[in-house]
Amino acid sequence: MPEKPIKGEKRYFMTGNEVVAYAAVMANAEIMYGYPITPQNEIMHYWTRMAPKYGKEFLQTEDELSAGFTTVGGVLAGRRAFTATAGPGNTLMQEPISMAEAMRLPIVVVVQQRGGPSTATVIYSQQEVTLTTLGGNGEGFRVVYSTANHQELFDYTIKAFNTAWKYRFPTFVLGDGYQAKMRESLTMYDPEERGLKMVPTEAYVGKPGVPGIDRPPGQYRNTYNVEEEIHEVVQQYTKEFNAIAPEVAEYESFGTEDADLVIVSHGVVYRAVKEAVSELREAGMKVGYFRPITLRPLAEKELKEMAGRAKALLMAESSVGQMTRLVKEVIYGATADIHTLYKPGMGISAEDVAARVRSIL
Amino acid sequence: MSVQVAMPKSWRVDTKPHKFCPGCGHGLVLKAMGEAIDELGIQGKVVYGCDIGCSLLSWDLFNVDTIQTHHGRTTPVITGVKRANPQVIGIAYMGDGGGYAIGSQHLVNAAARNERITVILVNNTQYGMTGGQMAPTTMPGQKTETSPYGRDPEKTGYPTQGPEMVAAITREGAYVARATVAKPKQMKDFIKKALENQISGGGFSFVEVLSTCPTNWRTNAEDTWNFVEKEMPKYFKVGEIKVPETLHKEGK
Repeated sequence: MPEKPIKGEKRYFMTGNEVVAYAAVMANAEIMYGYPITPQNEIMHYWTRMAPKYGKEFLQTEDELSAGFTTVGGVLAGRRAFTATAGPGNTLMQEPISMAEAMRLPIVVVVQQRGGPSTATVIYSQQEVTLTTLGGNGEGFRVVYSTANHQELFDYTIKAFNTAWKYRFPTFVLGDGYQAKMRESLTMYDPEERGLKMVPTEAYVGKPGVPGIDRPPGQYRNTYNVEEEIHEVVQQYTKEFNAIAPEVAEYESFGTEDADLVIVSHGVVYRAVKEAVSELREAGMKVGYFRPITLRPLAEKELKEMAGRAKALLMAESSVGQMTRLVKEVIYGATADIHTLYKPGMGISAEDVAARVRSIL
Repeated sequence: MSVQVAMPKSWRVDTKPHKFCPGCGHGLVLKAMGEAIDELGIQGKVVYGCDIGCSLLSWDLFNVDTIQTHHGRTTPVITGVKRANPQVIGIAYMGDGGGYAIGSQHLVNAAARNERITVILVNNTQYGMTGGQMAPTTMPGQKTETSPYGRDPEKTGYPTQGPEMVAAITREGAYVARATVAKPKQMKDFIKKALENQISGGGFSFVEVLSTCPTNWRTNAEDTWNFVEKEMPKYFKVGEIKVPETLHKEGK
């Protein structure tokens, strides 16, 4: 059995869902649990085609509750396990994700956002930001990477497994229907050949030896009897999450030092923003951009500094301010004017962004 | 002088006495399960999952690897573990609310997929942990907190026939039975077979156990026993429903 589908580095032209499936195989993921929902289906399609060739497993479950909880079971057994979902499936998956948060289980979830609320469209949106970063009955102890292109889908799917297993917080790759279905060029590679070591996995249950005789039993719970108990647990998690935040948080920025206006965006919208900014700069306008790669945790320090300097901010996103709410919380106190370009459930083009900027400046 | 009460070897001594109410049937079921684990010598292989509801009180009861999950979600968690590591013996332990209401889709589909896990479902005809509400298994006419005038089957249907349903949707190789805490020897025998069937790779194994809840039934010892021994079997027939050829039928 060949170990991996890709040797060395190679250029490919394929859909984002296919990229995610390849990335999971290249990251040595061992088992995927999933339930059909558009626009993430092809992740399962490509995974199931590759699975028997590379010794991988797949289980199609009865719903996303089950897909999430079986993924939880998979990581408890010590396997690099993942699932993928979207929209209403993401809603259902918040229950198992909250259990993973409570028990610090390193599940990896790929979300390909579709329109909302409810069934809405199967095409595209950025409306699952709130749900993915802060969903469930908890405090949002999770890492969320918002990708913008196929190269990032590949890179960050691999990275998600390492982040999850290193820090033991549920980790997400937040894509969208455009990224899922569009074909694009990227370089795929074997992370090990690049010196990128996969963080080793570890079983929580089913380890060698008889519990109580050779070792203590592994007993994991998410239920507590008294207020003080859960308070202490959440305080501890908060401390640990805040401590890792600066090294986990990622962002990209350009021209923010001298900008009259900085455009904040994430995911695929950032591509339109980047193009617009370069165009506007060429036209002599002092415009910059700030793009959080991690939506949770955010690059707080850098966002604060940027917002403290900027005269005005333009928030561009395909939702009614889901990213903006996260950013506003971090930059509280900044005096920059906040302008918005919200197109819920719709794509945003470089022309949209440039036109909005010209209407402000 | 301390008296050492006889308990299964696979139980965790330092977490005893267990956390269940006086008169609760869970202790009897879990003792039978502990003895079955002892006799099969699988303490080092079992991954035990318990649901939400009173069953969660067993999260540290055994000296076996244990996961306390969410309401109704123990079946998929143990399925996920078993799929990822087929070497373990997966036990999903739940109540009738977890198995037949909020987690019924998981039970049905795990059974239909013939997952190699063992599901033990304790039926005490109501939701115990939340204070005695009507469950899918509440008997016709039975008073609960949400059927204070007695369950009216015209409005809320008849009690769920769990093992009969599981037997109907599983193929040869599955093990399906209904036991009762009123017959402890038989109960242990059924639970043991449900584990043996998983060990041999037979298929989905399911045992419902009729059990007691004097706290929410508001019954004394005599009435409690009368309900589980006489009343419940009128609807819930005790015995084996589906036995793989590799396992011997009871009493043969």
